[in-house]
Amino acid sequence: MRRKALGYALSVCLLLVIQVSAASQLRFCLHSDPKTFNPLMVDDDASEAVRYLTGGVLVRLNRRSQLLEPELASSWKVSGNGRSITFTLRKGVRFSDGTPFDAHDVAFTMKSLMDPALHSPIGDAFRSAQGKIATATSGDSKVTIVFPAAVAGLDKLFDQVAIVSSRSPVKERAVLGPFTVSEYKAGSYLLLQRNPNYWKKDEAGHPLPYLNSIRLDIEQNRELELNRFRRGEIQLINAVDAPAFDQLKVQSSSGVIDAGPSLDSEEMWFNQVPDAPIPAYKRAWFQQKEFRQAISSAINRDDLVRIVFHGHAASAAGPVSPANRFWFNSNLKPVAFDPTAAMKLLAHNGFHMDGSILRDGEGHAVEFSIVTNSGNTLRNRMAAMIQQDLGALGIKVNIVTLDFPSLIERMTRTFAYEACLLGLVNTDLDPNSQMNIWLSSGENHQWNPAQTSPATAWETECDRLMRAQASATNLQRRKQIFDRVQELVAEQQPFIYLVHKNSLSAIANTVRGADPVALSPQTYWNIERISLLSEGAAK
Amino acid sequence: MKLVSAIAIGVLAIIFVCSLGGSVFAPAGHAKQFRENPNSPPSSRFLLGTDELGRDRFARLLFATRVSLLLAPAAAALSTLLAALVGTVAGFLGGLWEKLSMVAIDVFLSLPWLFLLITVRAMLPLNLSPSLSVVITFALLGLLGWAATARVVCAGVRSIRSSTFMLNARAFGCSPQRLVAIQLIPNIRPVLQAQFLVSIPTFILAEANLSMLGLGVPEPLPSLGGLIVELENFSTLNSQLWRLAPVAVLALCVGALQIVKGINEAQI
Repeated sequence: MRRKALGYALSVCLLLVIQVSAASQLRFCLHSDPKTFNPLMVDDDASEAVRYLTGGVLVRLNRRSQLLEPELASSWKVSGNGRSITFTLRKGVRFSDGTPFDAHDVAFTMKSLMDPALHSPIGDAFRSAQGKIATATSGDSKVTIVFPAAVAGLDKLFDQVAIVSSRSPVKERAVLGPFTVSEYKAGSYLLLQRNPNYWKKDEAGHPLPYLNSIRLDIEQNRELELNRFRRGEIQLINAVDAPAFDQLKVQSSSGVIDAGPSLDSEEMWFNQVPDAPIPAYKRAWFQQKEFRQAISSAINRDDLVRIVFHGHAASAAGPVSPANRFWFNSNLKPVAFDPTAAMKLLAHNGFHMDGSILRDGEGHAVEFSIVTNSGNTLRNRMAAMIQQDLGALGIKVNIVTLDFPSLIERMTRTFAYEACLLGLVNTDLDPNSQMNIWLSSGENHQWNPAQTSPATAWETECDRLMRAQASATNLQRRKQIFDRVQELVAEQQPFIYLVHKNSLSAIANTVRGADPVALSPQTYWNIERISLLSEGAAK
Repeated sequence: MKLVSAIAIGVLAIIFVCSLGGSVFAPAGHAKQFRENPNSPPSSRFLLGTDELGRDRFARLLFATRVSLLLAPAAAALSTLLAALVGTVAGFLGGLWEKLSMVAIDVFLSLPWLFLLITVRAMLPLNLSPSLSVVITFALLGLLGWAATARVVCAGVRSIRSSTFMLNARAFGCSPQRLVAIQLIPNIRPVLQAQFLVSIPTFILAEANLSMLGLGVPEPLPSLGGLIVELENFSTLNSQLWRLAPVAVLALCVGALQIVKGINEAQI
């Protein structure tokens, strides 16, 4: 009898333990398998999510305030006109396997990161000039890193650098972040467990993170992800599109949050490549500033926001979203919808109406195609709306949807297209991450990429300004210069910026402490402070 | 049997006539965006409501039906013609010709036609008008869809070739051209008719598949496939059953064609 009671009590305890551990397991989806678990080699979204949840960094960009905050480094100082940075490290910190953390680990991480043989994508951001970096440790808690030339926004770059241990026998599996990878089944799920040696505590002295574990299910299909959220199988969706957001708002008792404009933009541009296989008269239109400005004025951005994005977007004024608080040029306003002004601009350049058809000075009917990627419903709707807006000016637009490889082939190799409608995903706040877009020699200078010398005077000026901001060390001075770049782009309209989509996320009502923001990772940027309530408590 | 066939043909005729008279029944047109009324429910102005961009769903359905019911049979005719040519040559000449044709058919059947179609479509000029683009899409479907039918035709021709009446005709000195014209074609015609009727719904659905990938009929033209793709968000349909109208029309068309085909086969 006694034995039976003991067995019963043990079963109850076990059940309780299982329930508690399940209750403190957060579940959400990754859209692909992580390509790597080496934090220095991260180059895809899934690996970046794992790095964010497991990696310890010296400084962390607070996604809410957009300011740098100390993490493993209690303080830091940039000196030598942006060439060197000195970190003072926290003491008593240990890796997840118990190995102590000190300045030698930082030096080792930087040495590994900059090793040309490793080809680290994060290391590339630090390479401002030829030459090697030097690291000097002073005791166990001070390290200075010296670069061959000034690196703009140097301290912010360390937000991406997860420190790896120089001594741990388990190498990069020893982490300093809030969670460690405990189980991985390719194509199925990834299980992260709480790091027992995590150094942070909350204001009341409780150890962080609050969660015991995170289960990341690999799910490529966004519809299935939505259905799993509706069924309560996952508790977070980092990014949902506008129609799904509105449905969840109506159908689900869980929370959906619109965190305002994201850093991403949707834009259209004309092909200005001199030897592109398009008629010369069309290239001449596309190279006219007034033609581009007229097209921009003839597109009703407010309608795009209202109809395509159900109000969950903002009309775009330029390359930088208002979500990027520091670098956004607040003097710029989105181009107003004004078909009359558009017609005046066109008339000024010799275009005229012939019945319901717009013709150029030589009598060619104004007609062009807009290519975009197939399968993106919202983008196709945008194209259809642009088609009608421009149709009102007598411009015939043909919409062509292509599979992505064919589109990239046309955009980057054959240049056999006239106009393109695509989106740009921005993850970095600093304009240095856009160097390959704005430099005329850049591969992503899409309207006329990889120029040997700038084709126009304004591109020459843009090159000069981008190089100047990259080498300036005074942040305000950099801002002034990049503001001018934004003004140039707004005037010249090489990219016709249309909208910035809002950052939309879904969070189950059992989740506490989530504070979605526009910057990635939107919903779990403060993962240490996220906790879960049981279903009953949530109700 | 005749009554069922007559009803099926009648249904097809009514759908076809309605689709041809789209501008009468829905004068707003399929492309005009009424941006003040996106996603509106059915009303006297918009019989099936409006779509996400404020376009009249009824006008789009009529136009889409016209596109599918005109072009799918044309594509089916093209593929049946090609299949008849290859199948007849292979089946009638036999020997090496038949072997070569069978290899060609096997190769064609083993090709991933969807990817082939996507590749061919990506190579088309960009400034095609939407109407020409949709014609080319269906023409491609017709050009790529002949192989399976050719195998059926080949088998049919082979069996006719070795039939007694053909042997008799040959023994009487009938020339090969006359054999084909007088003996073969009239006897293979029911097979071709059946294959033609099978191909029509196949091509309507093939275009729907392409639309699912966003590679079907270009904006602003609608097609049945394209309209069905708009139903991808199944969760909203419970409260908006009128949006299922394209599925109903497609089911009616395919069902009616199947009935006509079934009766045709029974008569063979």
